Amino acid sequence: MTTSTLLLITAAIAMIGYLAGSRRALSLSGGRSSSMHSRPGYYGSFVAIWSALPAALLLGVWLVAAPAIINSSIRSEFPAEVKAQSQASQGLSFGMIEGIARGMRALSAEEAAQAERNPADLRNLMGARGVAIAGDPEAYMIKAANDLNTMNARSNLLRNIAVLLVAVGGAALAYRLIAPRFRARNRVESVILASLVVASSIAILTTVGIIASMLTEATHFFARVPAHEFFFGTVWDPRFAAAGATASEGQFGLIPLLLGTLYIGFVAMLFAVPIGLFAAIYMSEYASQRVRSITKPLLEVLAGIPTIVYGFFALTTVGPFLRDISSQIHGLATGDYSNFIQAQSVLTAGFVMGIMLIPYVSSLSDDIITAVPRALRDGSLGLGATRSETIKRVVLPAALPGIVGAILMTASRAIGETMIVVLAAGVAARIQLNPFEPMTTVTVKIVSQLTGDLEFTSPQTLVAFALGITLFIITLCLNIYALYIVRKYREQYE
Amino acid sequence: MNMMTEAAVEKALDQRMNDLSYKMIGKDVSVYYGEKRALFDVNLNVRQNTVTALIGPSGCGKSTFLRTLNRMNDTIDNCRVTGRITLDGDDIYDPSIDVVELRARVGMVFQKPNPFPKSIYENISYGPRIHGLARSKADMDQIVEASLQRAGLWNEVKDRLQESGTGLSGGQQQRLCIARAIAVSPEVILMDEPCSALDPIATAKVEELIHELRSNYTIVIVTHSMQQAARVSQRTAMFHLGQLVEENDTDKMFTNPDDQRTQDYIMGRFG
Ligand SMILES: Nc1ncnc2c1ncn2[C@@H]1O[C@H](COP(=O)(O)OP(=O)(O)OP(=O)(O)O)[C@@H](O)[C@H]1O
Ligand SMILES: [Mg+2]
Repeated sequence: MTTSTLLLITAAIAMIGYLAGSRRALSLSGGRSSSMHSRPGYYGSFVAIWSALPAALLLGVWLVAAPAIINSSIRSEFPAEVKAQSQASQGLSFGMIEGIARGMRALSAEEAAQAERNPADLRNLMGARGVAIAGDPEAYMIKAANDLNTMNARSNLLRNIAVLLVAVGGAALAYRLIAPRFRARNRVESVILASLVVASSIAILTTVGIIASMLTEATHFFARVPAHEFFFGTVWDPRFAAAGATASEGQFGLIPLLLGTLYIGFVAMLFAVPIGLFAAIYMSEYASQRVRSITKPLLEVLAGIPTIVYGFFALTTVGPFLRDISSQIHGLATGDYSNFIQAQSVLTAGFVMGIMLIPYVSSLSDDIITAVPRALRDGSLGLGATRSETIKRVVLPAALPGIVGAILMTASRAIGETMIVVLAAGVAARIQLNPFEPMTTVTVKIVSQLTGDLEFTSPQTLVAFALGITLFIITLCLNIYALYIVRKYREQYE
Repeated sequence: MNMMTEAAVEKALDQRMNDLSYKMIGKDVSVYYGEKRALFDVNLNVRQNTVTALIGPSGCGKSTFLRTLNRMNDTIDNCRVTGRITLDGDDIYDPSIDVVELRARVGMVFQKPNPFPKSIYENISYGPRIHGLARSKADMDQIVEASLQRAGLWNEVKDRLQESGTGLSGGQQQRLCIARAIAVSPEVILMDEPCSALDPIATAKVEELIHELRSNYTIVIVTHSMQQAARVSQRTAMFHLGQLVEENDTDKMFTNPDDQRTQDYIMGRFG
């Protein structure tokens, strides 16, 4: 019986348990539903849960534990000279034994006997059956493979019996518990609650896991490179190609990358905030219902475009356009047609990132502006203020904290944005202020340090984790602060 | 009326429109929300320096009528007003009328106190600043103090003018809103159930205030409380299902109304 058949049978038992439980509850109630604590379906679900859940848990544990136990017991039977080998080569031998065991099952009894007598034939025999073996098997391996097969068969049999017993037993136990005053509904609901808790803790635990793994790798990095050189270093020069050079020779200064990130983010916000905010004001205060119903989805489509597409746009359209127009302007002014805006530049990346951010700013601010109570607007209009005075003096000040929060959230997106800057900002880690020149960002460097054939032990690659955790902490702080502001703002109207 | 010729009707109407004791005159006022008609040819006049109470069961169009008087209905999409409403003889729906100016002359106080989330001082100075009523800081201080005095709030807030208006109690907030309306020196003040969110003591204060304001302003008030209508108003108008049922002296309305529906409503038989 395979695992999936076993699962199907368990599910069938649970189903039967459900039906039986509901029926029992129905007959106990004697037609008057008020005499039972819960509706019949709850009793049915209770029985089903008690049969399926413990059985599934047992199966899960078995699937994890049994192979490990069998593995170690086979290995303990290895001849002494094999045991003397390294763990890795023992692992290889075990892998081969598994292959042989799979092959043995495909052979007929006669062929198996022949193979046992003459291990050299085994490879050909199995090859004929379509089972490939990595090398020439040794004598002990065939015995071990046979052991493995018997142990697996016994384990499977035991497993099937145990799981089915638990399923039936659980169902029977739950079935007997059914009584008029038995609170099946509450029990079922607590199981549902538990599964909800499990689901949400998985999300949280994953985050914790990601942070932990980044932190450990980052500590490895800081063991090689002093933290102050990383955080306060002004030169980024990891020296990849220097063959034979000692690892610590590279310089890992964060400052140029951080400045590039902030600068490009700043330029992006310079485009995104005014445009997004004005769009939000128009949409929430002036646009008619019809215009709104068309433009809002359109803006949301803009938010759904993958950022790599914006990256293309920057690389193939905006960058060359800015370069060409700058050379035209320069030529008209001085007669020398050389461009002063590079195709990859802070301006290109910032501009395109700004376009990407517009929908975030506008839809977040739109929600916040619409949330300002109508009574405030009426109060102002009723005093003879015009619409724009009302927006300027009442609506926007009231919405300001929320808008600031929205802008901070957008800023944290800008800081973490990768694809656009990879394609449009350049890779030169420099400290400079000219927006027409290329600069690079933290995210770009994380990508470039981690792409290629690398071992994960040199500072050149480990630095990516230090960069990652730095970025993570910056955006985390921004988001927490933004949430704090937005929440405070909400309280004001509740 | 049936016997008069059309010209005579016209003439009589003109006469009434010019009659200065009527501050605002509504003639055949109908209001539509999209396809739905909320008011049916209402003819109601508002007398100068008088408190006019609008009563009637919920949904009968009291707020709707009140809002036509300062064109607050303009702020509602798909709301349409027909008929003619004048303020001192000028049609307020005439294209040449600036609605901003109109609302400065016809102020409004809402059912739920809605102070701006600004300081008490700024709440009051908001209107005068927009309309440029104060030439200097001292002028503004003066307006703020006078408005708060009139609204009977000065003594309670004079030491905390810079604190937020939303931090006041409900009754204080409502009086702040009245002070805010007074600050732009309106001629008419519209009040839509101004006491419905207040406790009896705060209500008594607001009613007292309305009483005092009558000498300087024309007031139209919507209320669900018959006692309140009887206490504060001199004229009462009864609405039912979007129609004006009866308009009369308050004393007569509450003792001997002309219309059976008014009597039923006042006796609490429906609504
Ligand atoms: N913004 C609107 N859109 C559509 N219909 C509306 C709107 N405002 C009011 N109405 C309708 O117009 C009618 C009159 O409403 P109005 O608010 O004037 O009643 P009211 O007499 O003030 O009632 P209440 O005493 O409950 O405040 C109601 O039937 C209401 O449903
Ligand atoms: Mg109303």
